[in-house]
Amino acid sequence: MWKSPRTGGLGLLAILLAAAPLTFPNAYFYDVGVNALFNAVLCVGLNLLIGYGGQISLGHAGFFALGAYGTAILTGRYALPPVAAMLVAAGGVGLLAFVVGRPILKLKGHYLAMATLGIGIIIHIVLKTESWLTGGPDGIGVDPFHLAGLAVAGDQAWYWLAAGLLLLAVWLSLNLVDSPVGRALRAVHGSEVGAEVVGVDTARSKVLVFVVSAVFASLVGSLFAHKNAFITPDIGSFFRSIELVTMVVLGGMASTFGAVIGAVILTLLPQFLAAFEDYEAMVLGAIMMGTMIFMPKGLLPSLRLLLSKRRAA
Amino acid sequence: MFAEFLQYLFSGLTSGAIYALAGLGFAIIYNSSHVINFAQGEFIMIGGMATATMVAAGVPLPLAAALAVVATMAVGVALEKFAVEPARNADVTAIIIITIGASIFLRGAAQLLWNKEFHALAAFSGDTPLRVGGATLMPQSLWVMGVSVALIAMLWWFFNRTLFGKAMLATSYNRLAARLMGIPVKTVLMVAFALSALLGAVGGIVMTPITFTNYEAGIMLGLKGFSAAVLGGLGSGGGAIVGGLLVGVAEALASGYLSSAYKDAIAFVIILFVLFFMPSGLFGMKGTDRV
Amino acid sequence: MTLLSVEALSKEFGGVHAVEDLSFAIHPGTIHSIIGPNGAGKTTLFNLITGIYTPTSGRIRLDDKDIAGRRPCELAALGMSRTFQNLQVFFNMTAVENVMVGHHLHLDRGLLASLLRLPAMVKRDRACRAHAVELLEFVGLSRYVNADAASMPYGALKRLEIARALAAKPRLLLLDEPAAGLNATESREIDEVIKKVAASGVTVVLVEHDMKMVMGISDHILVLNYGRKLAEGTPAEVRANPEVVAAYLGGQG
Repeated sequence: MWKSPRTGGLGLLAILLAAAPLTFPNAYFYDVGVNALFNAVLCVGLNLLIGYGGQISLGHAGFFALGAYGTAILTGRYALPPVAAMLVAAGGVGLLAFVVGRPILKLKGHYLAMATLGIGIIIHIVLKTESWLTGGPDGIGVDPFHLAGLAVAGDQAWYWLAAGLLLLAVWLSLNLVDSPVGRALRAVHGSEVGAEVVGVDTARSKVLVFVVSAVFASLVGSLFAHKNAFITPDIGSFFRSIELVTMVVLGGMASTFGAVIGAVILTLLPQFLAAFEDYEAMVLGAIMMGTMIFMPKGLLPSLRLLLSKRRAA
Repeated sequence: MFAEFLQYLFSGLTSGAIYALAGLGFAIIYNSSHVINFAQGEFIMIGGMATATMVAAGVPLPLAAALAVVATMAVGVALEKFAVEPARNADVTAIIIITIGASIFLRGAAQLLWNKEFHALAAFSGDTPLRVGGATLMPQSLWVMGVSVALIAMLWWFFNRTLFGKAMLATSYNRLAARLMGIPVKTVLMVAFALSALLGAVGGIVMTPITFTNYEAGIMLGLKGFSAAVLGGLGSGGGAIVGGLLVGVAEALASGYLSSAYKDAIAFVIILFVLFFMPSGLFGMKGTDRV
Repeated sequence: MTLLSVEALSKEFGGVHAVEDLSFAIHPGTIHSIIGPNGAGKTTLFNLITGIYTPTSGRIRLDDKDIAGRRPCELAALGMSRTFQNLQVFFNMTAVENVMVGHHLHLDRGLLASLLRLPAMVKRDRACRAHAVELLEFVGLSRYVNADAASMPYGALKRLEIARALAAKPRLLLLDEPAAGLNATESREIDEVIKKVAASGVTVVLVEHDMKMVMGISDHILVLNYGRKLAEGTPAEVRANPEVVAAYLGGQG
């Protein structure tokens, strides 16, 4: 057994990330790989909110889209360097999440879900409508990414960047979960009033994790925009938000590696179903229903439970 | 000036009636199972699409409509039996994902069964607009409002005058007590979904001549219906009706006087407004948690 | 010198007067029990004192500081801690993690330190864990240290909540029916724990129905009925009070 999930799991992840390209039959797979890795980073952040924090967000693609559009507009119209643009956009999204989060996170359950849904859809509609700024439904081109003069171009380069980013994100997430802040967050999920009476500021805790996960989404959105060189408002649609939640839930809530696995599976799935493109929606819907009915804890925790039962038997 | 206002009002009341039916469907299901049925919009879509394709294939309208309604009710019952029932002990997030998954599934199935095209139905009693107070009113709008009123009246009679309807109300107040009184809670749940499907399907059918329909029509309608239910107060049927009309009229007025591009956003702004300032809605009940 | 004082406290829910015009004082270093029939307002009183409810009228003072309506997390910082009648255990964590959360206010709560796993934070966390293990031993739960809270038996969970409350290093500990649902042996164990806690200098206030326990360990008893004070005094005084006997004890004490 691994001495600690941190070093063991991270090590395994690093090996898998390094080895994966060896299995790519052609360059196209790098593109898919990058998307999977971006989704994984997004889901690690979202999992902090949903899995560990016990909250829900049906509008997270909105933060992703704001990061993407923020970057596109700041680098395009205002000629900001990409890293600066990315940070400014993330700052803006973080601020929005903070302002919106305070009132929203007082809600629970269905009400919270609907409020986050509303936010996400409003963001989506604004992006579609303000075409003078965003290019409207037809989308907008994005300048390439460069880091201190060094251009990042080509799917291979993006793959290694995304892989590094994922390792960083997983490391941060694992650290957070096993820390006072992380335990306080998980306590809020376990029992809000129980956490309050030992001094946890539950309102602040929830807003904090909401902002952190929104900033994760924004940063990934910015990088995605550069990599794709072109974005449309649909990257922030309700459907995209649901996809993200499904990835977190499929892989296993309250499990950082579960979130990664869920993201990778659901990003790769359409590739394997390419022949069955027409059935894609039905398969996704069936997966969502099936997972929640038969494996409500998600893949990784359910597997773990199965393995520990076998060991005990 | 007034004519313009009246125009928006008619348009708002017409769409509001559909939202009211959808919201009522949400309320009925929520009351009996505490589930928010994200697939509600799909009931509306299936009703309209099924009817439109059957009529196009030569089936007379009344028969097509009846078959479509029955088919949608079957879908509703299936949804309850295969997706909601098995997960009855799951937490809120899980149930939300299940019904969203169901709605995606149904949309995918609709896309396969029919296609991605828009479908239309002929207006039930012709296209000649009526002039009322300087504004035009389509006869189909009267159908929409009239059918909605009739359905709501039937439901009122069902819940307040029949034994089973009262049993359903009892279940919504206290499920355990209802079960102890011998009320078949499982059947109540199935009937709740069937009724919701009925409301959705009929709404979809009367609405199709005005707005046409396609496999994606359910998404926005469902969400706006949800907005109606939240505005009225989750769990209050009457509230959902009032909420639906308010959402519809607000949409139409905002679209006419402010900006038509943001028409769809109105319903969601309303959701946020209600959730921030009066989470129990206009007619909902306030609860306190026991610690 | 009083630690906690309550003056003319009232709480209404709709038309129900859960607590009405209640006044009493709690002195440091004592074990103070609150008893009364079901519905007398005991848990409501606890919820008012610990900031979960806001009073309709009246005052609550801790160390002469007005605390009515303050949030529970603020009151924790002032040295107040509690357990719950309906367990509020963190079932998504292990026993030791539950207790470590109790120590929350004494830990490094910086986000950056947590994200980056700074060495100083790790050191304090390790100390916190050791302290949590000690507390679990104190309440007799050594065998459950790394167990998932969700797998622990009910009696153990009640003691877990006490351990968690103690991790906050409170001056005032409120226990809401700590013996509820426990058998005779488990009740005796809780009894011992409460005595140990009081001996360590913490002021204990408990709501209980178990008369044997109450009469055995209390320095002072407050009797509530229909949200009002019925009587108060030492166990002997309360036992002898005819009104209390009539309303509640009904016979052998």
